[in-house]
Amino acid sequence: MYHKEKSIQIKNSASALYNNLSVLRIAPRSLTYFTVVHANVVNMVSASWDGLNYSHRQLQSKEPNVATSTSLIMQAAWCVLPSRDLLVLTSQKGIQMYESDGSIMVYWHALDTPETPTAQAVFARGIAAVREKYICVGVSSGAMLVFDIPTKGSNITLAEVLEEHKESITDMASECSGSLECIADLVSADDAGNLCVWKSGEEFQLLNKIPGFDMCCSSVKLWKGTVVAGYGTGQIRLYEAVTGILHAEVSAHARWIYSLDIAPFSGLLLSAAEDSLVRVWHLTQTPETNSVEIAHMYNECVTDTQICGAKFCDGDGYAFAVTGYDLSEIIRYTQT
Amino acid sequence: MSMRTLPLVFINLGGEMLYILDQRLRAHNTSEDNSDKGVWSENDRKRVMNDIVGTMFSKAFMDELLKPQQLYSHRTLKTVLTRLAHASIMRLNPASMDRLYELMVMAFKHQVLLCPRPKDLLLISYNHLDTVREFVKDTPAAVNQVDETHRRIIETYGLLSEGELQLLRQTLLIFFQDMHVRVSLFLKDKVQNPNGRFALPASGPVPHGIEVPGLIRMFNSKGREVKRCEFPTGGSYSSSIRQGSFELHGDRVVRLGRNMYSVCHPEETHTSKPPSVKTDDSPNLLAKEELNLLARLMGCMKVENVQRSGTGFRINLFSTDKEEEEAGASGADDSMFGVINIQAMQDVQASTELARIAGEFADLPENPSGSKGDDLLAMMDDL
Repeated sequence: MYHKEKSIQIKNSASALYNNLSVLRIAPRSLTYFTVVHANVVNMVSASWDGLNYSHRQLQSKEPNVATSTSLIMQAAWCVLPSRDLLVLTSQKGIQMYESDGSIMVYWHALDTPETPTAQAVFARGIAAVREKYICVGVSSGAMLVFDIPTKGSNITLAEVLEEHKESITDMASECSGSLECIADLVSADDAGNLCVWKSGEEFQLLNKIPGFDMCCSSVKLWKGTVVAGYGTGQIRLYEAVTGILHAEVSAHARWIYSLDIAPFSGLLLSAAEDSLVRVWHLTQTPETNSVEIAHMYNECVTDTQICGAKFCDGDGYAFAVTGYDLSEIIRYTQT
Repeated sequence: MSMRTLPLVFINLGGEMLYILDQRLRAHNTSEDNSDKGVWSENDRKRVMNDIVGTMFSKAFMDELLKPQQLYSHRTLKTVLTRLAHASIMRLNPASMDRLYELMVMAFKHQVLLCPRPKDLLLISYNHLDTVREFVKDTPAAVNQVDETHRRIIETYGLLSEGELQLLRQTLLIFFQDMHVRVSLFLKDKVQNPNGRFALPASGPVPHGIEVPGLIRMFNSKGREVKRCEFPTGGSYSSSIRQGSFELHGDRVVRLGRNMYSVCHPEETHTSKPPSVKTDDSPNLLAKEELNLLARLMGCMKVENVQRSGTGFRINLFSTDKEEEEAGASGADDSMFGVINIQAMQDVQASTELARIAGEFADLPENPSGSKGDDLLAMMDDL
């Protein structure tokens, strides 16, 4: 179904962090951007579609104009909003937002770090763009920060803090089908596997809470009202977001799942885990019976590699990219 | 990232160090070539083990480690581990310590990478504790210290969630990132590939609590299973076996962290760097904080005062001084194999000098300020 293409070399190897790959497709310029986190640095590569031009950039996490040491970065992801795209970095120190090419930092939010270190780690993790004007970011305490994003400029403000989760946020995802009919806009996941489903607005509204079984949910997606969640047990579960009804459960991987992605136009699902495997699935919805089915399509083994990031490069799932711990390349696959 | 890595780092790295030293000291006893070498008796070996274990598992040292703090640099860790080794009558020169450190770190990296579940990091640590307990079993005081440390570890880590333990594991993996030193024992057993990367098996039992991949189950809105189908997995996994014991004693089941040197021949264990070796020259911005930690840890350690008669034992991990120098100089030469081969040399001058320097550390105040901190670092470089 897929064959391997030429890999993209990156300046540093990928760190073992959940969802450690973000992809931004820029059709008007025939470019695709990729970001991969390495400890305290984000490696950004811009690749032209003809495969001839690559340019690299590195970003670090620190307060602007302050020469203090950098901190470890937990995640980097692009947030696509109608008016603009922003690159968001979350670290032990705080949250940074850049223009999509990483050239200018437009916003910095510092996390409250205690004077003397406590046993509980402090960091931000979990990034999602929601509807027209929000970017949500999760925190290790379980809190979720909702930022109000203007159509241009740096007048970004913290609009709300949602405190529903009690464990560290692991990942967040907004409805990606583009459908305006879906009630649920956002799903958030935490270390205990609990999932919260939200409706965005002036005040975000909690629609549903789906309990975990003390098993970490490391990656989550929301598509056509269905939550797709990947767990440390290697399982994938499909839930109806608003009701919490379990549609399907897959014993997908033999190790911790690190990344999930959905191609919204085709319903293809990508799962990647520490067991070296990337699997492609197909989701089908039957509105009449209100059911969602999942079928297995394809496997790809990245030998001797614990995969930490896997993303489709386009909305149909024609191509996908993969990163692995200690690997200094982005491996790419396209459909045959 | 995680603030609780240090205790596990020391137990596991320290454990690996003791495994290697134990094996080398035993090998020395059975070595055929007696020229140039002093003799390490059974008592000498036990004494070295007791001294190092006594220092590493002392309450004061463990108290420092158990405080929530970031994981510091390789440089700091190496310095503390060198000092721990020097808590005994043994002396290691910098080149030997470098090689020893590489071996220890690669072994621990392998264990952390292949750790089946994050929780099994504790079983790996307990494997190290179990073996260390064996090393000092004839000294009740040392056994008590190991037991007490073990209890504190159970208490501190026993309640952490899988997610928190995975964060700890991820912090360790960042620490080990980009280290691909080839270890001959690993290469021989096909645990490591020639390019220095570890082999990840796609078969065997799944970790405890995980289901064998291959099954899709679909449910109706009432929660009843309505359809079941299988998919091809591309691996050959079997069901998990029983879970290991997280108590003070018991079958750990997980084999990672056991003494892999006890079964092999007491010969050379080569380490070599893969062709593209990059040294990290970036300035360490945490230097001052790390020096403070270093000073506190050093303050907890007593130094074995070499007797007036001056018979200290210097350990080379290479067979001649010339090779020691060459090893220090070379870096990018990928065909250079360092043979780790301990020999004890009676070097009166070296041991008295070291004892004097070590004695100075014991008197160091809690917080060296400004230039004093820089002097400390300079002193380290001279070691």
